Amino acid sequence: MTKRIENRFSALKGEGRPALVTFLMAGDPDGETAFEIMRALPGAGADLIELGMPFSDPMADGPAIQKAGLRALAGGETLKKTLATVARFRESDTDTPVILMGYFNPIYVYGVDAFLDDALAAGVDGLIVVDLPPEMDSELCKPALDAGLSFIRLATPTTDEKRLPAVLQNTSGFVYYVSITGITGSAAPDAGKVGGAVQRIKAQTDLPVCVGFGVRTGEQARAIAAVADGVVVGSALVSALEASLDAKGAAGTGSAEAVLSIVRDLAAGVRAARLATA
Amino acid sequence: MNQPLTPNSFRTGPDEEGRFGLYGGRFVAETLMPLILDLERAWKEARVDPDYKGELTSLATHYVGRPSALYHAERLSQHFGGAQVYFKREELNHTGSHKINNCIGQILLAKKMGKTRIIAETGAGQHGVATATVCARFGLPCVIFMGATDVERQKPNVFRMKLLGAEVRAVTAGAGTLKDAMNEALRDWVTNVADTYYLIGTAAGPHPYPEMVRELQSVIGTETRQQMLEDTGKLPDAVVACVGGGSNAIGMFHAFLDDPDVAIYGAEAAGHGLDVPNGHAASMSGGRPGVLHGNRTYLLQDENGQILEGHSISAGLDYPGVGPEHSWLKDSGRVNYVPVTDAEAMEAFHLCTRFEGIIPALESAHGLAHVAKLAPTMRPDQSIVLCLSGRGDKDVHTVAASMGLEL
Repeated sequence: MTKRIENRFSALKGEGRPALVTFLMAGDPDGETAFEIMRALPGAGADLIELGMPFSDPMADGPAIQKAGLRALAGGETLKKTLATVARFRESDTDTPVILMGYFNPIYVYGVDAFLDDALAAGVDGLIVVDLPPEMDSELCKPALDAGLSFIRLATPTTDEKRLPAVLQNTSGFVYYVSITGITGSAAPDAGKVGGAVQRIKAQTDLPVCVGFGVRTGEQARAIAAVADGVVVGSALVSALEASLDAKGAAGTGSAEAVLSIVRDLAAGVRAARLATA
Repeated sequence: MNQPLTPNSFRTGPDEEGRFGLYGGRFVAETLMPLILDLERAWKEARVDPDYKGELTSLATHYVGRPSALYHAERLSQHFGGAQVYFKREELNHTGSHKINNCIGQILLAKKMGKTRIIAETGAGQHGVATATVCARFGLPCVIFMGATDVERQKPNVFRMKLLGAEVRAVTAGAGTLKDAMNEALRDWVTNVADTYYLIGTAAGPHPYPEMVRELQSVIGTETRQQMLEDTGKLPDAVVACVGGGSNAIGMFHAFLDDPDVAIYGAEAAGHGLDVPNGHAASMSGGRPGVLHGNRTYLLQDENGQILEGHSISAGLDYPGVGPEHSWLKDSGRVNYVPVTDAEAMEAFHLCTRFEGIIPALESAHGLAHVAKLAPTMRPDQSIVLCLSGRGDKDVHTVAASMGLEL
């Protein structure tokens, strides 16, 4: 297994604070702009990076991330280019964990073995594949673990006590708790309920638990971060990027900063939330 | 590729994981997984429950109008100059297509499971109308997701759904057709998991939908088999159905899969032609295996695994995938899937209308276009049954436009 995810969480534990996990869509709105943003994310306070692999039919995503994926595809983004972006990122950053997030079909068509080889060589640390529940582990999860990549599973409010062990069984890196039943970028989660859910998961695993779906502001990040090992933010960043584009959908000089300023605000929120129990 | 081994029976699938060979499965988000497992349990119980079966049979008889007629299309048989052509008249069902067979089965299941809200996707609007119909009949609120493009080209069906009390949500994502409607229905389902039942209209999606929809539609082939034996004293030499998602086709084919002397043909929408990039909706003749909407199956996709929209003049066949059992039947060689273009379907539409006084749905006209190719190659003592899956009233605007007319 690559060590970056584990190292990062153990370092954060030492600092006594939770992680800020930021999502951006590879190739949105063009490869160069997305790379610029990615390269600047750690400096703005992102502890882990989720890089979206665009897909034409993102069934679990809300309008913001749907549109980001379509912009990226219109700009010619492919899985090969996404992996090349990670490799380029690794030239100057060898520590920040990079997790690829998306849907199975582009990976399946790329070829599972070839994809795992290329992802590992590029410096990817983990995978989140939304449409591969534990029942489908033989497709990608087990081959990924064998190859040394983490497979990060989503746990949701519908994952009950009986099902949780199956969900946790082949999970590695961290557990991604989806704080609401719904699509990305929906209503903000209730920090109280989320805290209870995180405790239920932590009772069954030693892995860090990060919480996402619906977190938009530094204040919300702080509230969620107080009850979890990390906060994942995606739609808010993708929306800020969208708002910075010109009428033709092209990035301007302020596009990267539009995203990074929110990341700095979120990072401040997360840093203000100390982990209650280390 | 190695030739797959011929199984002892083609009728035993899927396996425990919902797979038909390589195809099928449960490729869904974790949020939906517990619901799908619940649904599978409820369906396993219902299918052997005498009360459920009794209610289903009673509704099929008195509400849908089953059994549907088997009709000898004598003038078309003569015109084609070969095999005797029969129509299985699914277009005579209540709501005008085979879709209602599946809807009554699933709405009874939804009631049994205590669900209080129904969602569905629709392309041509036939499944949307059938769903809105059963929701009216059982007093359940209903939301139909329909691509914005389809809302525009199927206005009469949109109005019918509204009359029946359904809320129709136009989906503007993507090209605004059936696949986008299905994405949006899945997004609604993942948001409203507690009370909502997703009434999928075709034999695709995550397990157990492909199996469940097949079981509910297989009444078509079961009746046909018996009716042919009664009327002609033997099984047909060939059966033909159109394939979009493939629910009428699997419903017709399943009863005949283990009759080796019955040739089986599925007509796919070849649109402008298989050689026109993104100009057809023939996922098996012109696509390759991939994962979409909960199952692995043949898909229209580019070299990077992005799904293509495809094209067919028939909104009901305008879908980039196909039910997983069809993909398996294709690879196994049991069923021949053949392409039929827009132009061929349109010609068959006019033939059926003028020779038999039956206006067929453009979907079903694809099947008839293949019958027109097949029948002349066969002897007059042989027979072909076409599943006439729907009536064509909904398509008169499209047909008029193809003739350069405006209604």
